Amino acid sequence: MASVASAIDARGVSKVFRGAGQDEVRALDHVSVAIRENEFFTLLGPSGCGKTTLLRLIAGFDFPTEGEILLYGDDIAMLPPYKRPVNTVFQNYALFPHMTVAQNIGFGLEMLGKPKDEIAGRVAEMLRLVRMEELKDRRTSQISGGQQQRVALARALAPRPKVLLLDEPLSALDYKLRKDMQIELKRLQHETGITFIFVTHDQEEALTMSDRIAVMSKGRILQIGSPRDIYERPAERFVANFIGETNMLKGKLGKVSKDLADVTLHAGPKLKATVPETLPASGEVTVVIRPEHARIAPGGKTAGLLKGELENIVFFGTDTHFHVKLNDGSPFIVRQQNASSEAPGLSIGSQVSIAVAENSARVLKD
Amino acid sequence: MSNAEAVAKKFRERDIFGRWLLSFPALFVIFIAAVGPLFVMLLYSFMVKGDYGDVKYWQFSGDGWFSVFFQRDIFDDTVSVADAHLLILWRSIRLAAMTTVLTLFFGFPTAYFIATRPEGKRELWLFLITIPFWTNILIRTFAIQETIRNEGVFNTVLMKLGIISSPIQIMFTDTAVLLGMVYVYLPLMVLPVYASLEKLDFRLVEAGYDLYAPRLQVLWRIILPLTKPGIIAGSILVFIPAIGAYVTPRVLGGGKNMMLGNLIELQFGQGRNWPLGAALSITLMIIVTVALLFYVRNASKSGAGHGH
Repeated sequence: MASVASAIDARGVSKVFRGAGQDEVRALDHVSVAIRENEFFTLLGPSGCGKTTLLRLIAGFDFPTEGEILLYGDDIAMLPPYKRPVNTVFQNYALFPHMTVAQNIGFGLEMLGKPKDEIAGRVAEMLRLVRMEELKDRRTSQISGGQQQRVALARALAPRPKVLLLDEPLSALDYKLRKDMQIELKRLQHETGITFIFVTHDQEEALTMSDRIAVMSKGRILQIGSPRDIYERPAERFVANFIGETNMLKGKLGKVSKDLADVTLHAGPKLKATVPETLPASGEVTVVIRPEHARIAPGGKTAGLLKGELENIVFFGTDTHFHVKLNDGSPFIVRQQNASSEAPGLSIGSQVSIAVAENSARVLKD
Repeated sequence: MSNAEAVAKKFRERDIFGRWLLSFPALFVIFIAAVGPLFVMLLYSFMVKGDYGDVKYWQFSGDGWFSVFFQRDIFDDTVSVADAHLLILWRSIRLAAMTTVLTLFFGFPTAYFIATRPEGKRELWLFLITIPFWTNILIRTFAIQETIRNEGVFNTVLMKLGIISSPIQIMFTDTAVLLGMVYVYLPLMVLPVYASLEKLDFRLVEAGYDLYAPRLQVLWRIILPLTKPGIIAGSILVFIPAIGAYVTPRVLGGGKNMMLGNLIELQFGQGRNWPLGAALSITLMIIVTVALLFYVRNASKSGAGHGH
């Protein structure tokens, strides 16, 4: 039993906050998710979607209204935070300002009653792990944001938690530092072998770092899957919109065979699209096409292609975005890499045609 | 060129004069209201006492300071230690220190309670804390007297309930003085402690819990060190008026349980020994200063070295 148990298994967890009057806020609505051992798992969603609430329930700062939270098979939902072998990296680090870097890192071990020399050894090991040896005697107010981030990580990792919770830990850092820390976090997770549960609203961060992602909205989990799954086969409109740029075209569902279906787009051509397990009953469907899965060419003659008028060209360095208004009026974006000789001689206002890569379209279930 | 320099210099001088003029109100308060009277007190403490109070001006003697610590027998002129004064001195320090500790003991949980209420409701609780300030201290002290005297509410209720057969003597004891001072000075502890608790980042408390610290450890290792400025301020605000308290020991302690304030009043009144009164006042000031220096330095040191 213990060997197959998930690191964290949330079962039908709800959390209702009661406001001043009669108003209730249902922050989590029957959420179930199993997080595997040694996994980098991300809870992704806009602010207010319940991702931080779920994290706080796992940490023990709040208690669920209903449902259970299992840690390797044991229900921990009602344990106080200081009795859970789970540690948190807080959004603004929450380092103790009256202690040095080393004292911060050693605090958890000290509270666990570890012997002094063991604490000293472990603190030194942690300082080495996050490359902060030289600053161990500094006050936390005397180090930079990126360094505080490392100390917060070291402090949470020092007691060897079974699960590490990270609450938007990178959001306070600037772009360059955030990129470095993303790699750093992956390295730490790999080296320590600890299960990471990472909360973020940044879809790019989620895609680059995670083993699996749970996309959340309005207190519910909409889809759980690998970054590729989530990106290429979004199940719902919200997921498709939230992650990456996307084109959505309406169409009529034709013949469905196993996981491929014929869809006749209102904008013209017929194409094959992958389908989810459940389909809308009406036959009226939305198809998602990622901008990089389309190619643009001048002229509007070729049959079987999307056609429209080029409205704008935006240069992005590595690639270029072409904004097209299709013949039925719907907008469509094509992203093409700026590979040397390929620059298609297009001008704004000209007629263009768009080809969609085979099987890259996806039918949404809503 | 030199003409321009002269003009500039003149303006500069006028500017400096203007600045001094602007700081006049502050200087007036500092010198006339604070430093001046202190100097007068110091002067009085070294003068010869007048026969009917007052002092004999510009006749200097060390008698005032001498009798702070020593007394001369009226009959045989032998010198002995003024143990009555030392007893009062010791009682003042002891009661003021106990008052400070007890107001902290009761005030800290109160302040914590208020600081953890929802934002809109804190004002109401603070308001309730400050209500006693609206009543004169004398009236509040008499109210305590009414409660604890032998025929008072406390003893009557206990006797009616059959818990005690004769009233407990609380009035005119150190306990009565302590009770009165803790009651009167409690808000002075609650308010500054609240101010620093309100600024406390409660995520640090969560971080403490997260790192396996149970409640008492979180209080001891995180909340107390971080609210130290408020605790120091509250202790100062309570200790200073408590050691010089006059009304409370007068009403609740009676003539036998004098504190320094009462002793000083006695010298300027019935005792007709102004130099001694002045010397005692300055002694009180010195005690307060030394105690504060010691306390503040100690407190900030233990803060810096916390957690070794």
